[in-house]
Amino acid sequence: MANKLSLGIDVGSTTVKTVIIDSDGNILYSKYQRHLSRVKETVTDQLKLIQADYPDEEFTVCITGSAGLGLANSAEIPFVQEVHAAFLAVKNKQPDADAVIELGGEDAKIIFLTGGVEQRMNGSCAGGTGAFIDQMATLLGITADELDELSLRAQKVYPIASRCGVFAKSDIQPLLNQGARREDVSASIFQAVVDQTVSGLAQGRTIEGKVLFLGGPLHFLKGLQNAFVKTLGLDEEHAVFPEDGPVFVAYGCAVYAAQSGDSWHIIDILNKIKNAKASDDIVTGEPLFRSHAEYDEFIERHKKCDLGYADIRTYKGDAYLGIDAGSTTTKLVLITDDGRILFHYYSSNQGQPLDKIAEQLKTIYEAMNPDITIKGSAVTGYGEDLIKAGLSVDHGIVETVAHFKAAAYFCPDVDFIIDIGGQDIKCFRIKNHSIDSIMLNEACSSGCGSFIQTFAMALGYNIADFSQLGLFAEHPVDLGSRCTVFMNSSVKQAQKDGASVEDISAGLSSSIIKNAIYKVIRANSPDELGRNIVVQGGTFLNDAVLRSFEKELGRDVIRPAISGLMGAFGCALYAKERSTGGSALISKDELAKFAYTSRNIQCGGCTANCQLNVISFGKGRNFISGNRCEKGGGKAKKNNVPNLVEYKYSSILALEKTGQPVRPIGKVGLPLALSFYELMPFWHALFTELGFEVVFSGESSREMYYLGQHTIPSDTVCYPAKLTHGHIEDLLDKGADFIFYPCMSYNMDEGGSDNHFNCPVVAYYPELLLRNNPRLNESNFIHPYMDLNIRKNVVRVMKESLKRFNIKGKVAAAVDKAYAALDRYHRDIAKKADDIIRQAREENRRIIVLAGRPYHIDKEINHGIHKLVTSLGMAVVTEDSVASLAHTPKLGVLNQWTYHARLYKAAEFVTTQPDMQLIQLVSFGCGIDAVTSDEVRSILESKGKLYTQLKIDEINNLGAARIRLRSLVAAMEGSASADTGRRAQGEQNG
Amino acid sequence: MADYVRFTEDMIKTHTILVPNMLPVHFRLLMAIFEHQGYKVELLENDSRAVVDEGLKNVHNDACYPALLVIGQFMDALNSGTYDPNTTALMITQTGGGCRASNYIHLLRKAVAKNYPQVPVVSLNFSGLEKDSAFRITAPMFLRLLYAVLYGDLLMTCHNKCRTYEINKGEAKAMLDKWQKRLGDIFRRGSREYLKTKKLYRAILDDFASIKLSDEKKIRVGIVGEIYVKYSPLANNHLEDFLLSEGCEPVVPSLLEFVMYCASGTFTDAEFYDNKNTQSRIYKLGYKLIYSKQKELIKIMKEQGSFEPLHDFEHLRKLADKYISQGVVMGEGWLIPAEMAALAQSGVDNIICTQPFGCLPNHIVAKGMSRAIKENNPNANIVAIDYDPGATRVNQENRIKLMLANAKRV
Repeated sequence: MANKLSLGIDVGSTTVKTVIIDSDGNILYSKYQRHLSRVKETVTDQLKLIQADYPDEEFTVCITGSAGLGLANSAEIPFVQEVHAAFLAVKNKQPDADAVIELGGEDAKIIFLTGGVEQRMNGSCAGGTGAFIDQMATLLGITADELDELSLRAQKVYPIASRCGVFAKSDIQPLLNQGARREDVSASIFQAVVDQTVSGLAQGRTIEGKVLFLGGPLHFLKGLQNAFVKTLGLDEEHAVFPEDGPVFVAYGCAVYAAQSGDSWHIIDILNKIKNAKASDDIVTGEPLFRSHAEYDEFIERHKKCDLGYADIRTYKGDAYLGIDAGSTTTKLVLITDDGRILFHYYSSNQGQPLDKIAEQLKTIYEAMNPDITIKGSAVTGYGEDLIKAGLSVDHGIVETVAHFKAAAYFCPDVDFIIDIGGQDIKCFRIKNHSIDSIMLNEACSSGCGSFIQTFAMALGYNIADFSQLGLFAEHPVDLGSRCTVFMNSSVKQAQKDGASVEDISAGLSSSIIKNAIYKVIRANSPDELGRNIVVQGGTFLNDAVLRSFEKELGRDVIRPAISGLMGAFGCALYAKERSTGGSALISKDELAKFAYTSRNIQCGGCTANCQLNVISFGKGRNFISGNRCEKGGGKAKKNNVPNLVEYKYSSILALEKTGQPVRPIGKVGLPLALSFYELMPFWHALFTELGFEVVFSGESSREMYYLGQHTIPSDTVCYPAKLTHGHIEDLLDKGADFIFYPCMSYNMDEGGSDNHFNCPVVAYYPELLLRNNPRLNESNFIHPYMDLNIRKNVVRVMKESLKRFNIKGKVAAAVDKAYAALDRYHRDIAKKADDIIRQAREENRRIIVLAGRPYHIDKEINHGIHKLVTSLGMAVVTEDSVASLAHTPKLGVLNQWTYHARLYKAAEFVTTQPDMQLIQLVSFGCGIDAVTSDEVRSILESKGKLYTQLKIDEINNLGAARIRLRSLVAAMEGSASADTGRRAQGEQNG
Repeated sequence: MADYVRFTEDMIKTHTILVPNMLPVHFRLLMAIFEHQGYKVELLENDSRAVVDEGLKNVHNDACYPALLVIGQFMDALNSGTYDPNTTALMITQTGGGCRASNYIHLLRKAVAKNYPQVPVVSLNFSGLEKDSAFRITAPMFLRLLYAVLYGDLLMTCHNKCRTYEINKGEAKAMLDKWQKRLGDIFRRGSREYLKTKKLYRAILDDFASIKLSDEKKIRVGIVGEIYVKYSPLANNHLEDFLLSEGCEPVVPSLLEFVMYCASGTFTDAEFYDNKNTQSRIYKLGYKLIYSKQKELIKIMKEQGSFEPLHDFEHLRKLADKYISQGVVMGEGWLIPAEMAALAQSGVDNIICTQPFGCLPNHIVAKGMSRAIKENNPNANIVAIDYDPGATRVNQENRIKLMLANAKRV
């Protein structure tokens, strides 16, 4: 009898692997190949290769892998789930392994083999791993292999959000723009993948013993291997990277196939695959253009919006330089006195904006007619500060202002500007010739322009060719509008279902547009956008995107031919307006000698210990980034702008030092988290009064988060909740006799609302903590249910909870003291707010109501946004401090949460105060703010106030927050000037 | 802004009330009761991609998936031109409580006001909210609805088992149709025959028991989770059908459990917070009445013996106490861990917990409790699946397949 052969086909999200084994389980053949999303073709190609070697043999066969499911079904070939296939492979090849970690293109998996077999896979949100690394490499303008090489020379690791690719990108981009070393960033990317795997998948189970690492990325990337080995503390003997790691799952699949009965010749398998029907599940839309004539008309129409050009070699006279140091691209424009273009440049910055711009400036100086004088320069964008410092640019302006200036040049009556850049979507509505409201994409839907690019590259196209393909696609795929990670899998699914590259290209263009209109602008109809719409940003240079936008809106829009250069052009216009006749811009000679060095230090200015990146340009000129306050920025000047967030935070912290009993009867730990930021005065008074020593958990930090990360069961819960896990660990380490953390369905009834609940997470988080931290038990973690509105309930529950301390008789009095302490605290905050408002008015400052939740005063949660506000000279008060000053306005929603009811009142109050604006802080993942934010917006906008929302998460992306805040300031100034005359208009049209 | 179009007495005659079909088996019976009361009602079955698109357009994208779907379904229906907006009303359930779900009706009204300002939205609730609406749940109607839920649960349980194992394909469905029609007629006529529970329960059980089943052993998979996603095929991508196609038996806990969970919350809170009053005592009596009805059904199911009886609710409460306090009353609260534990206890080790992406209570009661449930039930094989407009079916099914691979291994 001939040797029975088995074939395993592993169709992953990015690669196809095939393995043939004999009946003894020996691998006779294996192949690993990227499929570039041409799944069926790649499988067919591989089978043909096998056919050449094994024309006559029969195989039992099985398919596995995330992209293999559909194929297996339609080809009627057996399928095995890939984690199970991996399990079979391990059992056969590495039976003594204790755990397996496998990273694939888009999935991450862990199998625990000893101590209870368990197989786990990342959830739908956790982004990719291999694909994530690819995406990050693209961001750096290098290949994954180059990324790996760089990482091996790293000196330090930055914290990068690991939950999802989009978040990580928001962490990485500012690092790059601030000049962090690429070696360090590369290593940080790998560390992020490790953290995600360890925390997101292991969820409290320790990965130990002999660990097997599988999958392409873990096989090819040495830096990633090192990061895993180091983080898990494994030695060589216990970290196994098998030779056949990339095809291991395909091997398991072959093992599974060997157990099944039917066998076929390769030619039959080939036919099955060939005849596999694509499912007709995909939803398609209308083509972008029905004919070439339609396309030509479209091109003609848009050609009309162009600028004049002048020759840089022959032109004589004044010139103005505008620079847009965007997140992924760099743009330069040099214009003449009358707005003609002398020079322009648009390119990816490849993570090195300073080098790119210096290089282009050299080009300008070399080409420039000696009779040209640059009389002014301005810079905008993420890299603004760095470029301004490094190249002595005259002005730094906020992007929104730059874009508005440029748009108004083309269309003086512009109503609406939408700019889609590499990573941002920015929209502003214009009223009375000034910016009325600004909408930016939130962390979740960002990465839009660069997403198409990454995708084009993944499919082996350049961006221009890829988007051209979509123009005449007959059935553009409907990919929905959501975050890019989801879009990624939608695309994969569409491909699997047989959509062509053309259809996908068109579908992606349409998705980006839908994201912008329905997620960022949140418009119901095109009319909301106004009549005169200017679109800009590099992404709109893509005709397919532009056409999708026009189709979705049902009207024509204006796209200037310099769409990608609008920010830079706006800067040049600004430089011209503000020109004093000369420019401080770095000269040709200075530029020739231009060099800089970059190093990292830790700021010791305060307890935050920010990681600073210092770029030295020589002659003592430094640019410092990474600092959260002005202290680290090298500026000694102290900021005296009044700030209630600071005050509240230090008041809460200071409590720990007060009222402690001399001879305590026990030690209680209170976590500095969630509702405790509101109720600490209450619990502190209650317990100290009863004779307990009270310890608080330490201040929040990234480290604190990592401390408890392994006990988080749901990685999509909000960051404030996730931080709580670290605080619990910290208290346990501090040796408290017990931790006290009550469950409270109800919050305090402050009147004026339909009900007074806590949100489900704040209300019941102790239940989750108890069940997921193995160090907690019913006796060291007291978490009773109570309603603080009902005194007798609090007294009874506290008596029962503290029974073992024999203090029954003292509880009632202590509870009264606690209520009094909370009341004192509230009155103190209200008084302080009053003082701040008065002081601000005396100093002629604007006042910002920073509105969120009590726990948003935590510096790890707000990332120091309040300091950013004061650094712009505006005073800060909080929502709770002004809520009692107004009545609840009429609402269109059920007003049933106490913390949220304060938002409505605070918003109503702001509408009555000319010098106040409100900024709403929203924690990512807060479902309740999906309800409140629209309502707060409508309260504010109905009375002519601006609505600004900052979404915050574990990422520390102050760069984006700064843009929003500066835009807000610009908008406030704009609306002020619109009232007093048309200065703004004159300026913009100048 | 806060004002909305009322559903007036006149509209009872002129307007057709559209109702999203959340539970395919139960809602037909509920509709019959509404019809008997003189309301014109119609179940919405539209489930094209346009439903999701309309939802995305009209609801904040971070709102939960059920809200997005239900509102999308309404808008899609109104846009279709099938219904005259001048004679159409919409019905949506309103639960109250600390979950976002209590805001669905307001989100719907916001969306409707923008597009069809004349269309009234009717609240279906059992807590006396919106007293100025001409749609009212009277005491006798409440009783009928309760019985409809009981009959619905019985039909669903029998049907799920029979369609998994039936030898002649389609018999279970035919039997379901027959009984839905018969019970629907009873309710629509306003006949009091529905009170003859002993006879009817028995007849239903015997009828389904007469269907020839194979004795093949199949993997039993329990479905728990957020109430809408758990039951609605539109929301869960036809999860039950998928499980059937994978050769599994879907085991879906009864709707009555959710009804009783809501009912018990009305008086347990009062006990927790020393806040007992006449109202909470009345609620407790109401709960006891419902419980006696559940016990009757369980008893008859046990006697008949062909089908696994529903979970006894007092037993569920005891099970919950092992994991979580009954003070957790937002969303599906303590009911989810209790159902998971009850399923595991009755040998249904494989459990899918369906939830809208980012569901707040589910962080605590589903993902937050899985670990503890697995510790107590070592064979429990739980997978949490997120549903969301962007989540792809392939992704969901792949995770379910992993769970099934685990199940086969054990």
